[in-house]
Amino acid sequence: MSTIADIQNEIVSEFEILGDDRESTIFYIMELGGSLEPYPEDFRKHEYIIQGCQSKVWLVAEEQEGKVIYKADSNTDITKGLISLLIRVLNDRSPKEILEANLDFIPRIGMGNILGSQRSNGLAAMMNQMKRYALAFQTKQNA
Amino acid sequence: MSIQVNAIRSLFPILHQEVNGHPLIYFDNAATTQKPIAVLDAIQNYYEKDNSNIHRGAHTLADRATRQYEETRESVRTLLNAREAAEVIFTKGTTESINLVAKTFGSKFIQKGDEILISTLEHHSNIVPWQMLCEQNGAILKVIPITDSGELILEEFEKLLSNKTKLVSIVHASNALGTVNPVKTIIAAAHAVGAKVLLDGAQSASHLEVDVQDLDCDFLAFSAHKLYGPTGLGVLYGKRELLEEMPPFLGGGEMIREVTFEKTTYNTIPFKFEAGTPSIAEVIAFKPALDFIFTTGKKQILAHENDLLDYATGILRDVKGLIPVGTAPEKVAVFSFNIQSMHPYDVGQLLDAKGIAVRTGHHCTQPLMRRLGLEGTVRASFAVYNTRAEVDVFAQAVSKIASLKNK
Repeated sequence: MSTIADIQNEIVSEFEILGDDRESTIFYIMELGGSLEPYPEDFRKHEYIIQGCQSKVWLVAEEQEGKVIYKADSNTDITKGLISLLIRVLNDRSPKEILEANLDFIPRIGMGNILGSQRSNGLAAMMNQMKRYALAFQTKQNA
Repeated sequence: MSIQVNAIRSLFPILHQEVNGHPLIYFDNAATTQKPIAVLDAIQNYYEKDNSNIHRGAHTLADRATRQYEETRESVRTLLNAREAAEVIFTKGTTESINLVAKTFGSKFIQKGDEILISTLEHHSNIVPWQMLCEQNGAILKVIPITDSGELILEEFEKLLSNKTKLVSIVHASNALGTVNPVKTIIAAAHAVGAKVLLDGAQSASHLEVDVQDLDCDFLAFSAHKLYGPTGLGVLYGKRELLEEMPPFLGGGEMIREVTFEKTTYNTIPFKFEAGTPSIAEVIAFKPALDFIFTTGKKQILAHENDLLDYATGILRDVKGLIPVGTAPEKVAVFSFNIQSMHPYDVGQLLDAKGIAVRTGHHCTQPLMRRLGLEGTVRASFAVYNTRAEVDVFAQAVSKIASLKNK
């Protein structure tokens, strides 16, 4: 099975095809958002909203056979696209892998510049929350 | 005579740049306008030649700075047609101006059980200071409702108005929708029950003819940076008789006549409300911004901006999936809209990719957005240096974005 680093490299090469054009990059991200799995409605509650995001982001995770499964949603398409990428990179991996992952694909695909500071902060909050879930599951596994 | 937009554009250095590989189209003028070169030069000139503290120094530099500072006050008086320059107080911005009235007029003249009227259209800066005052002194905040098109319902205003009303604090032109309120009617009705009126002129001072004597408003607040001037500077106009009766806002230097440890007597207006060293460079640099407005002509500026608004409204009307927000017949040059099935943030991000700067979100008017059942809007707002050609590029970009989800 490919590693987190492999998947990140895969994403980077996919975005390389788009070149430097901001508009095409954003359109592509928005399209990716459309492929996000439906979010379980039971978890569309205030306590699952990630604080620090300009748009609304819901995130929940569960542990299945030692792997972390994430479900997330947002009310904006760009954010949904970014979430779908994060999930593609981190989903179905052990808490250890997730916690040790060096997530660098966002700047590598040029989204760091496109997003601006507010949305970048939101993205950082999203990644932190995903790692926090992994940490919680790891703590439970080790208990 | 119509304005020479190319000549005007040449006065604004910031406009001549590319953003994300496209010529900058700056349509976020309701947030802040760009500054003509004369304003930039005035700031530089002040620090290079005249920098000194005003009103106290007994030397030539202080005298020069003081004179220029007071010349701006006189220019603001002209802008507003106030009776005298002493009725013009410099603050940090519209927000501080409104807070000043809430803290001073409010604490002295508004008591428990008295009522303050605002409207659904208000910016947070004309809501929160009154909520804070009401929490402190037990006064009651009441809100004038609006129609779906974003206009005040005047019959409801009249019903809310009573001899308990001590203050009507209302926006002259809505920042989120552009609606121009019938403030003259509102002021006359408020005065008939003995209430005072504060106008939030943040959006009107730059676009409309604002004659405080003709309107007969008691207070008017606005910010310099929305009138081609520097940031960090605002104005509070107040009628002399009210300003004199109001207690000071901040305590410190400048605002005093004599200080002993037993008792302090206060300076006359406007200095009573200008404690501490003010934003001297910004005040001085505001004068060339006002001169720019005077030279160009308020009427001409308004006509040009209205032309852009009508033009934009006309060509965007038929874009599939575009929903205009705020359709009052009388508006300043604000085009607020949403695109069916898209979030305003995403629309803004895509426009930015094309070098087009707009504002997205709730525009600091969350209660208004809630009333309209919206999370936010995309807002394009025009100024004197914008062109129909820019509107064309904008309309094309908006159509393309709208077509993503509205085939």
